[in-house]
Amino acid sequence: MHRIIIIGGGPGGTITANHLAEHLADDIRRGDVAVELITDKPEQVYKPGFLYLAFGLESPERIRRPVRELVSPYVDVRIERVVKVDTDQRQVLVEGGKSRPFDQLVIASGTRLEPSATPGLAEAGDWFYDEKAAQKLHDKLEALEQGRIVVSVVGVPHMCPVAPLEVTFMLDQWLEQRGRRDKVELAYTYPINRTHSIASLAEWATPELQKRNVQIETFFNAESVDVERKVLQSMEGTELPFDILIAIPEHRSAAFLEESGLTEAGWVPTDRETLAVKGQDGIWALGDTTNLPVSKAGSVAHYQSAALSKNVAARAHGHGPVARYDGKTICFIEAGLDKGTFIEFNYARPPQVQPPTKMIHWAKLAYNNAYWLTAKGAL
Amino acid sequence: MAEAVKQEIDARGSACPGPLMELIRGIKASSVGDAVAVLSSDPGSNKDIPDWVDKIGYELVSNEDHGEYHRFVVRKTK
Repeated sequence: MHRIIIIGGGPGGTITANHLAEHLADDIRRGDVAVELITDKPEQVYKPGFLYLAFGLESPERIRRPVRELVSPYVDVRIERVVKVDTDQRQVLVEGGKSRPFDQLVIASGTRLEPSATPGLAEAGDWFYDEKAAQKLHDKLEALEQGRIVVSVVGVPHMCPVAPLEVTFMLDQWLEQRGRRDKVELAYTYPINRTHSIASLAEWATPELQKRNVQIETFFNAESVDVERKVLQSMEGTELPFDILIAIPEHRSAAFLEESGLTEAGWVPTDRETLAVKGQDGIWALGDTTNLPVSKAGSVAHYQSAALSKNVAARAHGHGPVARYDGKTICFIEAGLDKGTFIEFNYARPPQVQPPTKMIHWAKLAYNNAYWLTAKGAL
Repeated sequence: MAEAVKQEIDARGSACPGPLMELIRGIKASSVGDAVAVLSSDPGSNKDIPDWVDKIGYELVSNEDHGEYHRFVVRKTK
């Protein structure tokens, strides 16, 4: 029996599980291969929905589904918390003292937010990267009649690299619709010398922000928050006062990976094409937890899973890697509440921004629902 | 003194988050005195990386031209 364990019930985990169930269906039926998915969360959440939740435009119930409903019946789903990967004994240790042996392991455990890594941020900041925080932010936005909102990219790297721009554009129009835009100042900060790391996106976004009268602070690497004064301070020595601070907090990979010695500088060192974990045998990684220089976005996990699952299946049959991930990424970008655009790129081809349209915005809203077909490996 | 690079980041072909963001990630995870190397195939890095290093007051130890890519080494000095 060849045992394959996938850790993680997010997009990377469920899509990989479903691809493996397809590639190895005959082996699983014969009892030669077993595929297990271990996750500590019984439900998968469609994280892009949190952005809409922060504006009261989405409900928590609509953006989550039970993991068991998303995964092929050929895959055993275990709702357990992983505490360590024992790479010597080739087993996953879970809470309660049990161990799960593996021949191959797929790490798809995503990231966790670490606002406490930035002094003062947990006390004085808000964010929209989890359900509770997005709802709290929504309450604050509804209550703010006048003042100043600062959108700041604090953590690098972070999930959904276009989200800080999206939330700023959406804030502008959302406040305008409520007749408060002239009473609420908006500021946007970014760590490097332009408004986004993608040069073509920054070229489009900068005049759009200026047109909306958003204060732009570049070369701003937020270092701490003065909770008493409600001031955000940067490594470069700039200070920004705020009434609401919408921050992108620091991110890290799952704690058990650090415990297991599977990280370097906080992330899992991964081959950029085969997705094998460097220095390990038969261990693979995809999605937000890798150290790859690609976006931490669901589309990346989606496209990586196509290559990774073929390589895992090939190894189960005694072969070397047969597929390569080429860096493919697609990101929708909301340019307000009623227009959107998208970018598509890979390692060899940089992104180009298309002019935003209502049609792309509606396509994005449609995909927010169609996503569950992706999670099932069908789209 | 030859630089002792604590971490080398291969950001070649990285459109997003991009070589400078990858460098900032590496620097944030480093200790004062550490040197971090980043490989970039983006021509914009020749301006972006020295500009940022200058702005923040760190040390650009080297910028090597390897033809299809550059290798930057930056030391966190404070």
